Amino acid sequence: MTAPAHTAPSALTVSAMTRRFDVSAPWLNRLLERKPRLYVRAVDDVSFEVPRGGCLSLVGESGCGKSTVARLVTGLHTPSEGSIRFAPGAGEKPLSVQMIFQDPYASLNPRWRVFDIIAEPLRELKLRATEPEIAARVAELLKTVGLAASDGRKFPHEFSGGQRQRISIARALASEPDFLVCDEPTSALDVSVQAQILNLMRRLQDEMGLTYLFISHDMSVVRHMSDQIAVMYLGRIVEQAPTEVLFAQPRHPYTQLLLDTIPNVTHPRRNREPQAGEVPSPLKPPPGCTFHPRCPQADSRCVAERPEMTAMPDGSRVACHRVAEMLARMA
Amino acid sequence: MTDQPTLDVRNLRVEFPGRHGTVTALDDVSLSVLPGEILGVVGESGAGKSMTGLAVQRLLEPPGHIAGGQVWLNGRRIDSLSEPEMEKIRGREIGAIFQDPLTSLNPLFSVGRQLVETIRLHGDLSRTAAKARAVELLAEVGIPAPADRIEHYPHQFSGGMRQRVVIALALAARPKLVIADEPTTALDVSIQAQITALLRKLCKEHGTAVMLVTHDMGVIAETADRVAVMYAGRLVEIGPVAEVVARPCHPYTRGLMGSIPTLGARVPRLAQIDGAMPRLDAIPQGCAFNPRCPLVQDRCLRERPELRPMGAGHAACWIDAAATEKAA
Ligand SMILES: Nc1ncnc2c1ncn2[C@@H]1O[C@H](COP(=O)(O)OP(=O)(O)OP(=O)(O)O)[C@@H](O)[C@H]1O
Ligand SMILES: Nc1ncnc2c1ncn2[C@@H]1O[C@H](COP(=O)(O)OP(=O)(O)O)[C@@H](O)[C@H]1O
Ligand code: SF4
Ligand code: SF4
Ligand SMILES: [Mg+2]
Ligand SMILES: [Mg+2]
Repeated sequence: MTAPAHTAPSALTVSAMTRRFDVSAPWLNRLLERKPRLYVRAVDDVSFEVPRGGCLSLVGESGCGKSTVARLVTGLHTPSEGSIRFAPGAGEKPLSVQMIFQDPYASLNPRWRVFDIIAEPLRELKLRATEPEIAARVAELLKTVGLAASDGRKFPHEFSGGQRQRISIARALASEPDFLVCDEPTSALDVSVQAQILNLMRRLQDEMGLTYLFISHDMSVVRHMSDQIAVMYLGRIVEQAPTEVLFAQPRHPYTQLLLDTIPNVTHPRRNREPQAGEVPSPLKPPPGCTFHPRCPQADSRCVAERPEMTAMPDGSRVACHRVAEMLARMA
Repeated sequence: MTDQPTLDVRNLRVEFPGRHGTVTALDDVSLSVLPGEILGVVGESGAGKSMTGLAVQRLLEPPGHIAGGQVWLNGRRIDSLSEPEMEKIRGREIGAIFQDPLTSLNPLFSVGRQLVETIRLHGDLSRTAAKARAVELLAEVGIPAPADRIEHYPHQFSGGMRQRVVIALALAARPKLVIADEPTTALDVSIQAQITALLRKLCKEHGTAVMLVTHDMGVIAETADRVAVMYAGRLVEIGPVAEVVARPCHPYTRGLMGSIPTLGARVPRLAQIDGAMPRLDAIPQGCAFNPRCPLVQDRCLRERPELRPMGAGHAACWIDAAATEKAA
């Protein structure tokens, strides 16, 4: 049994995390063309907590910084500012983390047999001492993700996309992580295969008490998987809320736009007039609230002043002047 | 003119001869699209959706070829035309929109030049008139300041804007049929909705028949009038989209609908179809879905079901699952 999300101690605490990338032209071009150095703030002052045994999802359109957060949390990038703290686990060591990627093919070594791909962390971390023990553990892991022990003899190219994603999950589980960061784990898969993988991930979470940071651009997938959802736009979290609260009462105009544009199979809206506008370049983010060029509720304050996160009574947090003003009027 | 379909595909079969024998990529596919109608084609990766569109345009990669059946466009048989004759039909009578807008645009020419060339290739217009028409087209697909944008090159447009340019290009010659293969798959959801709404509006206005290929049932539900569901190179169900979504008849379509996470009530576990679609060189005897089908019977292992009237459309299954349910 996992404790309810709001009382569970957090497994991961991220505070005021920022990551800049230097995307300047080469030095000589800058000198000749008198161009300044250019930075992109892929992640801009982001804070969140993931409760133990829970699932926090990050959603947003491509380029909003989701994968960069994933890479920061797993240590593949270092933050330019801010901190990332995992709670202590067994033996007072911080909880261990593994990552699952979008493209199950690119993340598996094509020249290795599946057995060796999964056995590598076991050997590397000396989790099993002898070859027979390693073989038994690999067979167990393959079974856990719904494959057969005999599949270990094959190479990744002999599997379908969904089966390859199962192999990536088995490899991630091999090092016995407490925390999984899943970056668009089903985006390359067909819906019927996606359902198999999402069901598998939910089952593993229940059985092993895993904590997930789940990343997707698909609102319905996120709804299915998460306890908490954080919506990102141009490197910032604009709204974070418990899943049901977010869907019942989306408050940030961008969240409303996202929910409004999802094609809905069960309740199709065929004559909609979708809102116009596109995500601006992250190299030149608009001043103030970065969403203001697309926002139907924008005013002069939004152009000038960046909205701070406001905590709402029902547990959601929203970065929008209109929402903050409304809360102030009610107080 | 009565209701003669713009596109009529009859018993289409596509084969790829290979070193280990011939594989059948499309097997007995029949479908039609009426003027002003949008037919969605769905199915999982490898089901034969793109192949159907390519075969209609005769753009199959050799050694792939049409090995049986017929393709009719506006009452004229086109699968037997010579390549030069077919060349004239592409672009003029059939417009194409692909997933990646960059494959349809030449990076070296301004979008205006590409539009003007397409317009003049297919119609009798002077350069100035063609340019005016190009500006009109860009305005029609929702590009702001079209007269200025016309000088710009493809890389100067965002992904969503590029796809609008591709739509303008596909519609430039006012084709009777547009084949759009995953036109929104590479785009973000907020842009996706803009593009599908645009496609729908333009086709209704011009009476263009559209074959919309996508793996996204949500896009189909909101854009198409009818839907064709493909599995392992075969058509398993076809019918009015609202009916197929609400009351799918074929067991595969039912599984597919159940596996889509919805925004409605949250379920602890999604319905899942176990296993995977067979490879083309290992399609089982009888019904291709039989190894995964919860309703499989002896007959399904031996005899292949043909499309027959079921529900509000047609399905290729020995069992009428909806009728069986009602009886039970
Ligand atoms: N050159 C080829 N030789 C042999 N088989 C081929 C060739 N090209 C495609 N196929 C096969 O034809 C089948 C149908 O392919 P098609 O591209 O139509 O699938 P699709 O439904 O569009 O899938 P996706 O959703 O991945 O685009 C697939 O099984 C594919 O592997
Ligand atoms: N290594 C890098 N160097 C330069 N820019 C990067 C790098 N990684 C990401 N970015 C930029 O940071 C932004 C966020 O990227 P990313 O986190 O991959 O977004 P998402 O996963 O949400 O699509 C984008 O503008 C991207 O181009
Ligand atoms: S702060 Fe202003 S521009 Fe930003 S989302 Fe709120 S109302 Fe819109
Ligand atoms: S024909 Fe038989 S195996 Fe095929 S879908 Fe129908 S019931 Fe299932
Ligand atoms: Mg990403
Ligand atoms: Mg395709």
